[in-house]
Amino acid sequence: MKHLRAINKKARAIGEAVAQVEAASAGTPTDMDEDVVALQQQPRPHVPMGCTLSFSPGWEVDAGGGTAGLCQPVERDIYDCYVTCFWPVQVPDHVNYSPDWASNCATATKDWRSLDLVFP
Amino acid sequence: MTVMQAPAYRRAEYHGFEAGGGHFIYLVSAGAIFEIDADVRTVLTRLDGQELTHAALVRELASDGRDTAEAEALVRELRVARLIQLGAAAPVMPQAPPADFPLQALVLNVTNQCNLACTYCYEFGADKIATPAGKPKYMTLDTARASVDLLIAEAVGRKAVHITFFGGETLMNFKLLRDVVDYANAATAAAGKAITYSLTTNATLLTPEIVTFLSDNRIGVTVSMDGPPEMQDKHRVYKNGKGSYAVIEPRLRTLIAHHKTRAITARVTLTEGVTDVVRIFRHLKDDLGFHEVGFAPVTTGEERAYSLDDNGMDSVLAQFSLLADEWLEYALRGESHGFTNVSETISELISGVNKSHPCGAGLGLMGVSPSGDLSPCHRFTDADTHTMGHVSSGIDRAKQGEFLKKGHVEAKYDCQSCWARPLCAGGCHHEAFVRYGDTGHANLHYCDWIRQWTDTCLRIYGVLAVQNPGFLERFAERKGLS
Repeated sequence: MKHLRAINKKARAIGEAVAQVEAASAGTPTDMDEDVVALQQQPRPHVPMGCTLSFSPGWEVDAGGGTAGLCQPVERDIYDCYVTCFWPVQVPDHVNYSPDWASNCATATKDWRSLDLVFP
Repeated sequence: MTVMQAPAYRRAEYHGFEAGGGHFIYLVSAGAIFEIDADVRTVLTRLDGQELTHAALVRELASDGRDTAEAEALVRELRVARLIQLGAAAPVMPQAPPADFPLQALVLNVTNQCNLACTYCYEFGADKIATPAGKPKYMTLDTARASVDLLIAEAVGRKAVHITFFGGETLMNFKLLRDVVDYANAATAAAGKAITYSLTTNATLLTPEIVTFLSDNRIGVTVSMDGPPEMQDKHRVYKNGKGSYAVIEPRLRTLIAHHKTRAITARVTLTEGVTDVVRIFRHLKDDLGFHEVGFAPVTTGEERAYSLDDNGMDSVLAQFSLLADEWLEYALRGESHGFTNVSETISELISGVNKSHPCGAGLGLMGVSPSGDLSPCHRFTDADTHTMGHVSSGIDRAKQGEFLKKGHVEAKYDCQSCWARPLCAGGCHHEAFVRYGDTGHANLHYCDWIRQWTDTCLRIYGVLAVQNPGFLERFAERKGLS
């Protein structure tokens, strides 16, 4: 940390976390460099057509703010499809074939990167 | 439909302060303390009372002449450290601690009898919640052994456990105390755990033999007393009204002279007319030689004659500040001062505690009544409304869970906007019950006081962090050993 000096144990723990993020950002993109950015930021984020920008319910609008790009459920909000079974056919089958594909993802809004990829 | 809005940065919840020529912030969400530079102050000032988008914040910082990349890096550092946040913070919800949270300590009320009749006593005075009628007055060895067994069985994963002996007047059941120590030493050794002891007493029954026993067994001693003769004898009296100072003074001198293995602490109860904190401290520390002296205002409903009113509390806080300044002078010289109220807060600030509950009551610590009933702590002993199981049948997990859910700081609405909640967490469960009839109520009567005191201790911490950080490191190590 350049601007903050940690002076108790809890602050030092935060400092270590900051250092890790900074180290990671030196090589590969981090959440703040690439895929999670403010929409008004430049350069603008890449948002695939059809992806809504919220996790749940996730069905109202597409990236353009309209509804033209809807109805491609897996690409739009895969976790909501899986948990609530809106579209059971298009997501990995958690009953028979891929029961563990989301086992590393306890809180979808925080660790959705941990979802396994499942190929048919 | 979902409305998308451009998220904007806002300041996280913190308490800022200056000390020793430096600027600091106490980050409430974590209990972390940072010294901050002028750039950070600029960002926080920009976000004072307004929100700014990432682009707008960077643009404003760049307009001060900063390089854009530097401004980006600054914003990134503050965001990763959570001093600023994008959008609103997630709402907090009370989380129950794990149902199998291990016990660490038991407070054994070895007797509920007392040879004094202190007028403000929470156990026997006008505000008592205990219902001791028809229950045993002295703990038996069987009950004490069952308590030790329960402690060992419930301290899963802990390397060390602790027993505090309490009363009534603890030393009225000294024989039991001696036998319990023998039993607990053997039982914990067999279980592969270490054990430490402490004891609270009014010192009237101390004898040279007892002092030797306490020293040999490294039993920490806290003496409840209120100061020089006229203050001690105002409330701490025998049942015939006679004061207790003359009886305890020679005993205290023997205790302090011969008990060399642990610090000897005085615990002072402040009441109406007993608020001369500095004078009490001088007497207990300098004249009698206590190693540590701690003060607490009496726990009571405010209508009692001995309760402290606002003027009394203001006077207490002013004198606390004087002693706190003195504590800092000692610390800057690398010396220990002995004003417990500062020492305890500084040790919590060193580790950065962020409490879900104000203390360990009902969590890692429980009280045991002479009959073997479990309660959240010694202050609830023998109160039928607060039993939490029995040493023979174990902890009543349902009642424990209910108590802890109520006492969780996030269940206390009034605490959610207070920056001092990581240390206070709403305050003493017992005091809340006496004042408001509910252990889950925030102790609103001392909020201002707690905030002022926490601020005072933060400033001491800041000065030490700048001028003598080595003292804080040594202090942390010492607390870790105690």
